[in-house]
This record gives sequence, C-alpha cells and structure tokens, in this order.
Amino acid sequence: MNVEQWLAVVLDPDLLERYGPRFVDGLLVTAKLVAISFTLGAVLGLLLALARLSRSQLLQRMAAGYVYFFRGSPLLAQLFLLYYGLGSLKGFWQDVGLWWFFREAWFCTLLAFTLNTAAYQAEIFRGSLMAVAPGQYEAARALNLKRSTTFFKVILPQSLLVAIGPLGNELILMIKASAIASLVTIYDLMGVTKLAFSRSFDFQIYLWAAVLYLVIVELVRRLLKHLEARLGRHLN
Amino acid sequence: MTAPLSLASLAPEPDPRPVLIRIEGLNKHYGAYHVLHDINLQVREGERIVLCGPSGSGKSTLIRCINRLEVAQQGSIQVDGTDLAASTRQAAQIRSEIGMVFQHFNLFPHMTVLDNCLLAPTSVRGLSRKDAEERARMYLCKVGIESQAHKYPSQLSGGQQQRVAIARALCMKPRIMLFDEPTSALDPEMVAEVLDVLVQLAGTGMTMLCVTHEMGFARQVAERVLFLEGGQIIEDSPPQVFFNQPKTERAKGFLAQILH
Ligand SMILES: Nc1ncnc2c1ncn2[C@@H]1O[C@H](COP(=O)(O)OP(=O)(O)OP(=O)(O)O)[C@@H](O)[C@H]1O
Ligand SMILES: [Mg+2]
Repeated sequence: MNVEQWLAVVLDPDLLERYGPRFVDGLLVTAKLVAISFTLGAVLGLLLALARLSRSQLLQRMAAGYVYFFRGSPLLAQLFLLYYGLGSLKGFWQDVGLWWFFREAWFCTLLAFTLNTAAYQAEIFRGSLMAVAPGQYEAARALNLKRSTTFFKVILPQSLLVAIGPLGNELILMIKASAIASLVTIYDLMGVTKLAFSRSFDFQIYLWAAVLYLVIVELVRRLLKHLEARLGRHLN
Repeated sequence: MTAPLSLASLAPEPDPRPVLIRIEGLNKHYGAYHVLHDINLQVREGERIVLCGPSGSGKSTLIRCINRLEVAQQGSIQVDGTDLAASTRQAAQIRSEIGMVFQHFNLFPHMTVLDNCLLAPTSVRGLSRKDAEERARMYLCKVGIESQAHKYPSQLSGGQQQRVAIARALCMKPRIMLFDEPTSALDPEMVAEVLDVLVQLAGTGMTMLCVTHEMGFARQVAERVLFLEGGQIIEDSPPQVFFNQPKTERAKGFLAQILH
C-alpha cells in the first residue's frame, strides 16, 4: 500500500473534512467538563479532607461515609442515579425550583463528576495534609500565627506540593472516565466519536478518538511533571 | 570616711531586676505519665538560664509549656504579672512576645529566608512589608545570613538554617527567647557559629532560657543552671557552683558523663 492508501485507512481527508470540526467541539466539551468538575471537586475534596481531619466525630464520620460511597461505586452508576434517578423526580425539583438543573444532562454530568472526583481528591488532600511535618505547626504556633494564616500560608502550600503528583493522576483518570458522559447525550469527545461512527461506519473514527485521548493525557502528564519539578525543587 | 564593716554587706546583693516569668505549682501529665512535678521557677528580666538534665527529664516539656505549645493540667505561668492561659488581649500580646527556636529549625521550606522572617511580623504585628523587611534584614545581618536572604532553607547548611530560625524569632521583637537544644541537630563544625549568635544575643540583655548540653556555653553565658531530673528541678545554681560543687549525686553523675 502506498501513502495515500494508508492515509485513507487511518486519516481519510474526506472524513476529516466532514467530522474534524465536530471533533474540535467534542474536545472542547471534554475539556470544559473535566476542568469544571475537577476544580469544583478540588474545593469540595479539600473541605472533605479537613472534615476528616477535624476533631468533630460527626464531621469525620460524615466525610468518611461520603468518600466510602463515592469511591466504592462506579462513576457510571452515580451518573445514572443522578440523571435518570433524581432526574425523574420532576415534580419535586419543580417545587424546590431546581428543575432547570436536573433537567439538563450537562448539569447532572458536571455534578456527578464533581461529587465523584471530590471523594478521590479528599483522600489525596488528607494524605498530603498529614504529610506536613508536625514541626511546621509548632513553628507557626511559636510565631503566634493565626490559624487561618497557618493553614493558608504554611500548611496548604506545602501539602499542595506533595499533592500535585497524585492530583495529576486523578486528573488523567478523570479525562478518560469523562467518556461516559456520552452515555447521557453529552457530545464530548466520545459523544462526537459515536455520532461520527454511526454515520460513517468507518472504524478509523475510534482510532482518532483513542489517539486524541492519548495525546491529551500525555500533554497533561508532562505539564504536571514539569510543574511538580519546578515548584517542588525546594522541598526535601 | 570609714563605715563599720557590717555582715550585711558581705551577703549577695538582692537582684534588682523584676521577675518576668513566674511559674507556680506546674504539673503536667501525658495520660498517666507525670512529666512535670510541681515546678516552681522565677526568671528575672534579662536573666540567662540554661536547662540541662538527662533525656526524658522534662526539659523540652517545661519550655514548651512556657510557650503554650503544651498545656499543663495544674499550676500557673505568669509573664510580667499576666497569666499566660488567660484569654485576654494582654495575655495574647504577651504570648506573642515569647520566641522559640527548635532543635530541627522548623523553617518554612517553601518560603525564602526573607519570607520566613516576614510572615509573622506582617500577619501578626501588622507591619508593612517595607518595615518588616527592614527589620528582617537587620536581624539577618546580625546572625550573618543577610547575603542568603533570597535562598530557600534547603539551600543552606544546618548552622545557617538555625541562624535564620533565630532571626525569624527575633523579628517578632520577643522579650523572652526559648531554645530547645538549638545545636544538637548540627554537625559539630557548625555548632560554634550558632553558639556565637547566642552569646551575642545574651549580650543584648535578652531573657533567655536554653536547653542545651553545651557546657562551655553554659559556663560562659548562663547566670543560672537548672538541672532537671524526673520532671523536677533538683538543682538551681550559678554555673560556677553547679560545675564545681554540684549539690546532688545525680548532677555529679550527669556532669561526669557529659564532660567525660
Ligand atoms: N506528646 C507526648 N506524649 C506522651 N509522652 C510524651 C510526649 N512528649 C514527651 N513525652 C514524654 O515525657 C517525658 C519528658 O519529655 P521531654 O521531651 O520533656 O524530655 P527532655 O528532657 O526534653 O528529653 P530529651 O533530652 O530527650 O529531649 C519523656 O519521657 C517523654 O517520653
Ligand atoms: Mg527535649
């Protein structure tokens, strides 16, 4: 086979012209979905980690239960539970004025992803907060720093540096897992792939999707590695 | 004019300096373990005190109580007449005037030397960055580290890190400085540079309590040496007395061991 024939099998110019723009849209949707839910999940995860490390038994238990549930069941099940389960209680959501939210697959997906990643990130933050040396708290107390100053200026920056690696892994897992959004009518990268395949019946479309996921994951991995090395160079 | 020689003039003169720290009936337990037994101690303003004693005798616990890193179950610690445990503004102010230096420096590793020195003065004292920086540079200069101000702790030697830790504490303008074995985590060749800073600090009239086994330093700088054993202060003497005629067998044994 010559180059043109090869190209027709893996990157057919006609197909590319027809579906290329859709793939760009799909990529953007995936990026938006992951970026938003990962960020919100980080905030919630940090709060959960603080709850797990707090002195209140009640907070500890509640946070532990949350983490147990969301790490112990499949993301797909959580998504369906939200979208089809909670989403079927139309009357109730209308009464509380949240129907606009649960009606939309987009919001349900964002919520499911956020709740799920928060559980994983909570464990990462908990570990990284515990990894900060006790001497750091003592030094902060000896200097009479306020609790908030101690947390935001002394403890959190150090624990974030420890957390970058595992957070990066979680981000990569999220990027890949986000493909299931396509099961609830979201046209993310996987969604547009399915659409393009159902019209063209050309399997190379799936090859494109696989390569695109691979490229994103590799880019993110390298970026985070660079970041970790740069920011963490003074920690020993 | 010849005054008659009276016996009173041979007695040591009473120390005119006011009592700054007054510890009364301090008892500290870790669970069932009684770490500090009924400690009574007065420290005058500007006094320099060395604490020594065998491992586990409660030296760290005692000075950590003065800094409220540990809280005793019984007894009181007053500084300048104010109970440290009180929840008044004055007590908070006084607590912030007690500086501490740790065995393992405990610098903030993600901040430069300068930022380590700026954090507390700007956030606790509300100093402007400019004023705080001026002050920080002055103290870094005094401990001989000014040229390293923009480095990170991990780029410095142990002795340099400990000098930064001293400067960081001084930037809060403390009235009392506590040291918990400030040289025992250092390589031998760096001990002297840190002790030099401590000697210099002693010369400024700072009230100092220092846990250390550097007996040369104790002889040179201390006005009183406290010897702890089993959570009690069993000797409290000027260094010449402590080193030459220790009152207790325990202190004799300890000195024999530590001075070979
Ligand atoms: N957080 C703690 N919980 C339980 N026991 C403790 C705690 N901290 C210290 N202790 C115990 O209290 C006793 C006194 O400890 P402390 O650290 O004050 O001794 P030290 O005189 O400073 O000894 P060293 O010379 O080893 O530093 C020790 O027996 C120690 O094991
Ligand atoms: Mg100790």
